[in-house]
Amino acid sequence: MSDKNTNDLLVSMRGMTKAFPGVQALENVDFDLRYGEIHALMGGNGAGKSTLIKILTGVERPDSGQITLAGQEVHVRSPQYAQSLGISTVYQEINLCPNLTVAENILIGREPMKFGRIDWKTLNAQAKEILLRVLEMDIEVTRTLGSYSVAIQQMVAIARALEIESAKVLILDEPTSSLSIHETEQLFTVMRRLKGKGMGIIFITHFIGQVYQISDRITVIRNGKLVGTYETASLPRMELITKMIGRSIAVLDEMSKTKVETSKHISKEKVLEAKEFGQTGEVEPFDLDLHAGEVLGLAGLMGSGRTEMVSLLFGLQTPDSGTLTIAGKKVEKFSPYNSIMHGLVLSPEDRKAAGIVDELTVRENIILALQAGLGWFKHLSTQKQYEIAEKYIQMLDIATPSADQPVKNLSGGNQQKVILARWLATNPQILILDEPTRGIDVGTKAEIQKLVLSLAEEGKACIFISSELEEVMRSSHRIAVLSDRRMVAEFGSEVDEQVIMQAMAGES
Amino acid sequence: MTRSKFSGIWKKIIQSKLFFPLLALGIILLFDLITVPGFFSFQVRNGNLYGSLIDIFRNASTVMLLAIGMTLVIATGGIDLSVGSIMAIAASVAALLMNPYVLGTDLSANTLKLMTDPHFTYQPLWVVILVTLIVAIICGLWNGLLVAYIRIQPMVATLILMIAGRGIAQLITNGVRIQIFYEPYAFIGQGWIILPFSLYLVAFMYVIAWLLTRRTAIGLFIESVGINFRSSFFSGIHEKKVKLLAYAFCGFCAGLAGLVASSNIKTSDAFNLGRDIELDAILAVVIGGTLMSGGRFSLLASLIGAVVIQAITTSMYAFGVPAFALQAIKSVVVIAVILLYSEQAQVLVRKFSAQKEAQP
Repeated sequence: MSDKNTNDLLVSMRGMTKAFPGVQALENVDFDLRYGEIHALMGGNGAGKSTLIKILTGVERPDSGQITLAGQEVHVRSPQYAQSLGISTVYQEINLCPNLTVAENILIGREPMKFGRIDWKTLNAQAKEILLRVLEMDIEVTRTLGSYSVAIQQMVAIARALEIESAKVLILDEPTSSLSIHETEQLFTVMRRLKGKGMGIIFITHFIGQVYQISDRITVIRNGKLVGTYETASLPRMELITKMIGRSIAVLDEMSKTKVETSKHISKEKVLEAKEFGQTGEVEPFDLDLHAGEVLGLAGLMGSGRTEMVSLLFGLQTPDSGTLTIAGKKVEKFSPYNSIMHGLVLSPEDRKAAGIVDELTVRENIILALQAGLGWFKHLSTQKQYEIAEKYIQMLDIATPSADQPVKNLSGGNQQKVILARWLATNPQILILDEPTRGIDVGTKAEIQKLVLSLAEEGKACIFISSELEEVMRSSHRIAVLSDRRMVAEFGSEVDEQVIMQAMAGES
Repeated sequence: MTRSKFSGIWKKIIQSKLFFPLLALGIILLFDLITVPGFFSFQVRNGNLYGSLIDIFRNASTVMLLAIGMTLVIATGGIDLSVGSIMAIAASVAALLMNPYVLGTDLSANTLKLMTDPHFTYQPLWVVILVTLIVAIICGLWNGLLVAYIRIQPMVATLILMIAGRGIAQLITNGVRIQIFYEPYAFIGQGWIILPFSLYLVAFMYVIAWLLTRRTAIGLFIESVGINFRSSFFSGIHEKKVKLLAYAFCGFCAGLAGLVASSNIKTSDAFNLGRDIELDAILAVVIGGTLMSGGRFSLLASLIGAVVIQAITTSMYAFGVPAFALQAIKSVVVIAVILLYSEQAQVLVRKFSAQKEAQP
C-alpha cells in the first residue's frame, strides 16, 4: 500500500481489561495492528489470547479499555457489528456447511435473486469470481465443500470471511493445526497476498516455526498481562519461548531437597520400557525407560506431542510400530483397561471431558477405576466404598462437605485430587499425570507436586507433564523434551533451563 | 429443633426422584376421587381383587415392563424405539410355536383339535416362553451392536428395527394373524392370583433389574457411561459392553411385554401389537426423572411414571373423554412434565423450600 504509511495503525487496543468470575483474564493489555502486517499473537493456554480476540470481534465486552479502528474509536457491540466494521474471523474449527456447494457456502445469506428465486447461474459465477479475485484460486464451485481438502475448506472460509464486508482485519485462529505442510504453504501464499493488499492479519498458532516463517511482529501475552510486542526479525526463538513460559527466579525450595533425597531411591529395575514405540501422525517412534521411584518430566510446547505420547502409552490408540514392556511383561492389547491391569494409569489433560464424571459423587468417582478393574459382579459394598473414599479424602486433603457430594460442585483443584485418588485406589505402579496442575491455584499446585515426589519415594514411577517448565524442573529426576511430535532430547535433573528451552524450540 | 428436622425431611422428599412422579399420580387420583364415583371401590370375586385401581395397574403392566428396560437404555445416554416392534416379533414367535399350522397346508385334524381343545399346543409352554425371550434378547443385542460397536446414533440404530421389526413379525406368521386358543398362555396376561398375574411379572422384573444394577457394579457403570463415556473409558470401564447389556436387557423386557400383550388379546397382531407403545415407555422414564441425556436413573420412579400414564388414560375414559382426544390430553401432560423438570421450575422449587426453611 503506497498511499498509507505502513506504520499507521489499523487497529489499536489500549488498556484492555476483562475479568471473569474468579479470573482476571486480561489486565491492561495494549495491542496494535498495522496496515499490511501479519501479527502473531502468542501465549500459553489461558494466557488471554482468545479473550483479547473475543473482545475485538465483539463476542465479549471489555471491562475497560479503548479500541480504535483506522483512527476512529469504536465500540464493538456484537460479532455482526464487528463484521460490518470489516473485522473478519476464521476460527479453528471451520464453521461452514460441508454438504453445501462451495458457491453456496461463500454466498450464503446473500444469494443473488431473480423472480423471487435464487439465481443459481449468477451465484456460481459470483463465487468463482470471488475466489479468483481474492485468493487467485480456481476450483469447481458447484462441488460440495466436503469433497475438498481441509486446506481448500479453510481457504473458502477465508474467502467467505473476506467477502462478507470489505474486510480490513482478518483474524486467523489456529488455522494451520489441521493442515499438512503443503497446505500450510498454500495458506501462507494467500496470507502474503492479502498482506500486500494492505490488510492487517492477526495470526494465532502454537507452531513456533510458522510464526517465524510468516509474521512481521509478535505480541506475547502471559497470565492476562502484556509481555511485549516485538519485531519478529529481532526476537530470537529462545527469547520468545522464555517470554511465553515466563521465568521467575524461584527460590530453590524444599522441593528440590526432597527431590535429591528421593533420587536415592530410584532403583535400577525398569518398570516401563518402550522401544521404537510410535504411531504415524501422532508421535514419531521413541525409546523410553522408566525406573521404579523415578519422576520423569516431559517438556515441550503445546502440540509438541506430549499428550499424544502418553495417550499412546496408556493404550488410547494402538501403536503401529515398536513394543511396550511394563514390569517385564510385553503389552499385547492396547486399551485403558489393559493398561490399568498392568498398573499403568493416566490422569488426562482434559479434566472435564475425560477425567471426572461430574454428576457422580466424590465417592463414586474415587472408586470408579478400582471397580472397573474388579468387573461387573465383584461389587464393592457401600461401606467399603465409603472407607476408600474417606481414606483418600483425608490423605489428599480433598475439600468436600461429604463423600456424597457430586464432584461437579468441587473446585478444579479438588476435582484433580479426586481423579488422583481414583488412580491411587487402583494401586498403580506407573502414574502418568498430564497437566495435573492446570487451572489450579498455586497452593494446590505445590501440594500435587509434593505428592508426586512422595509417591516416587514409595517406589512408584511417574511421568509428569506440565506446560510450566519450572514445575517440570522442580519435580522431575529426569526430563525428556518433545518438539514437533518427536522426542528430541533427554536430560538429567541438573540441567540448565536454557538448554531445555533450546531443545523445546527445536534449535539443538 | 423439630422444625429444622422437619425441613430436613422435607428437603429429602423434594430431592427424591420419586417425589414428582408420586405427586403427579396423587393429583390424578385425587381428581378421580372427586369426579368419578366408585373409582376406588374394590370387589372380591373368587378370592381375587377387582376394581378401577387394579385395572390401572394391570393395564400399565406392559408399559411398566418396557419402562424397566428403557430406563437402563436411556441412562446410558441412548434410546430404544424398537420395543413395540420387538413385542410384535415376540408375539408372532410365541403364537407360531403354539400354532404352527397356519404356515402349512395340513389343515385337517390338528386345526380342529386346536380350535376345540383349549389345552392343545404344539410346543409346551416353557419352550414357547424360552424361545420367545431368546429371540427378544437377540433383537436387543442387535440394537446394542449397532449402537455400541458400530456407533450408529441410538435413535437411528433402533429406528431400523422399529420399522423392520413389524415386517419381520409379519413374515414369521406368513402375514397371518394367529389366534391363540391355548388357555394356559392366556393366564400370563389375564390370570389373577389375588392380584393380576402380570403385576407379579412386573415385580419380578423390577427385582431382577434392581439386583442387577444395584447389587453389582453395573448400575454405577451405566450411570457413569451415560454421564461421560470418555471419562468412563479412561477409567477402564468397558463402555461398549455396558451399552450392549442395556439394550439386550431392554429387548428381554420387550419380549416379556410382548407375551403379556398377546396373551391379553389372544392373538398375534403383528401390525397393531405394541404400536406407539415405545413413546409411552420413554414418557414413563422421563416422568420418572431420568434425563434423556443419560446418567442417574431410578427404576421405581420409571414404574410410577408408567402408572401415571395409564392412570391418565383410565381416568379420561372414566370421565368420558373420547378415545381420539386422549393423545391431546397426554401431550398436555408431557408439556407439564417437561416444565416441571426444567431448570427454571427446579429453581422455583428450591426457592420455595428455602423460604419454608427460613420461616421461623
